[in-house]
Amino acid sequence: MAPTSFWATPGGWTLITVAQIMAVILPLLVALAFFMLADRKIWAGVQMRKGPNVVGPFGLLQSFADLMKFVLKEIVIPDGADKFVFLLAPVLTFALALVGWAVIPFAPGWVVGNINVGVLYLFAISSLGVYGIIMGGWASNSKYPFLGSLRSAAQMVSYEVSIGFVIITVILLSGSMNLQTIVEKQAGGFWNWNVLGGGLKNIFIAPVMFGMSVVFFISALAETNRPPFDLPEAESELVAGYQVEYSSSPFLLFMIGELVNIVLMCALISLLFFGGWQAPIDFAFVHSWSPTAQSFYGLMWFSAKICFFFFMIAMVKAIVPRYRYDQLMRLGWKVFLPTCGIAVVLVAAWRVFGGAA
Amino acid sequence: MALQAIAFYLLSAVTVVAGLCVVSARNPVHSVLFLILAFFSAAGLFVLLGAEFLAMLLVVVYVGAVAVLFLFVVMMLDVDFAALRQGFAQYAPLGALIGGFLAFEMILVSTAVSTHGAAAGHDTPQAATQGFSNVESIGRVLYTDYIYFFQAAGLVLLVAMIGAIVLTLRHKPGVRRQVIADQVARGPKTGMRIVQIKPGEGISE
Repeated sequence: MAPTSFWATPGGWTLITVAQIMAVILPLLVALAFFMLADRKIWAGVQMRKGPNVVGPFGLLQSFADLMKFVLKEIVIPDGADKFVFLLAPVLTFALALVGWAVIPFAPGWVVGNINVGVLYLFAISSLGVYGIIMGGWASNSKYPFLGSLRSAAQMVSYEVSIGFVIITVILLSGSMNLQTIVEKQAGGFWNWNVLGGGLKNIFIAPVMFGMSVVFFISALAETNRPPFDLPEAESELVAGYQVEYSSSPFLLFMIGELVNIVLMCALISLLFFGGWQAPIDFAFVHSWSPTAQSFYGLMWFSAKICFFFFMIAMVKAIVPRYRYDQLMRLGWKVFLPTCGIAVVLVAAWRVFGGAA
Repeated sequence: MALQAIAFYLLSAVTVVAGLCVVSARNPVHSVLFLILAFFSAAGLFVLLGAEFLAMLLVVVYVGAVAVLFLFVVMMLDVDFAALRQGFAQYAPLGALIGGFLAFEMILVSTAVSTHGAAAGHDTPQAATQGFSNVESIGRVLYTDYIYFFQAAGLVLLVAMIGAIVLTLRHKPGVRRQVIADQVARGPKTGMRIVQIKPGEGISE
């Protein structure tokens, strides 16, 4: 921050913070348009279709055309709906999805709110995401949306438990809840990433941590209602779940909110397990660059990792068939929860009794 | 400091108004939603106090889990709320008595704290030092001085958990259940039988 006195005043601080928030959200939303297109293109590619290819070169502008379509249509509110809650739900989903990005460090020092409990904050925000869905389903005053939202509530609460345990293993390894510190501890090369136990001296715990990263990835799918766990909006049973009664911009907000959450989960898995902005190999020549250039270099690696995990999530959507609801619950409570519990005990024991303290 | 004051007054006003709305809202689902708002702004107040760990726990536990279950139950209930409100005048004096008693106690405590400082006979609560984060300071106290209370609380929760399971667990006879291990273990050997049939004879079981 500039040392001038104005920036230290409340007004200046507010301006700076708003500018930082804009600097995160605007590129994010633009990138999102292309993430959405990539999702559809990957899905199409797996099914040997072309996907959207008419609007703009290779269909690059498809998402913008969709945006115009959504915004220009009429907002239909069902007769018996609870109007305020009905419209609040998509706004809440969208806002909560964006709020999570406040603590994501994009590069060394590039973070809007560098708080000590960053991981816990993200966990809290993602646990709030369920409200948009419950409120939307209830306020629609219709059976299918209500059933969809009930499914979703149970699903998200169940998988949050295992996500919480996975996060605990990472916190135990890193010794911090600050995302920036967690990433800094993984510096030096891919063997220092948490997915491999965070350093060669911790290599014995690497299988556990690799398993935890897989559990986190699958739980993230369930948490964001992505296929194969998209039961809240299973079209064969519930038409479109909690989204049935939504049209136009409110529907758009739901859709964008969901996508932002997915990208947030991709960012989170790369921060927690795959070193965030750290390069896989610590090239010596990078250290001679200016700090700004190094930051952009880190941002490049972070974006590449997010894109990789987004690709994985898109592939899962294309390849894996949908789970049945009881199978979903079985996986969450009977498989993931005990596995994660044992993993927490193992990692904690390693931290205390292993040579790694 | 000005920003913190604005934030404090905003958050506390929202908390109080949301609390009032919880009891006055006609629709119980709205009540629960206001309760969530009250929890959330209370978490904001914790952040202002510098207790960000407690704030996050409040959001994760109460807003993220407990209130979801509240909402779950309230949405599924089909209660005639007009009938529920009929007893209002009958129970109002008792409620007012309890509320007044609570308010009296809180005023007593706050005057005692403002005139004499924190509770007598105990060390004053120490502000978080620069070296430790919030989480570390809580952990240092929780797992040393208060370890027995911590364990006892864990035991109480365990009993509650087992109790809930015992109350709800019922084994219905005659229900076909999926055993995934059996399905996965099923191979060509166990799943099918190859029978050689002579032409024109058929098979008999």
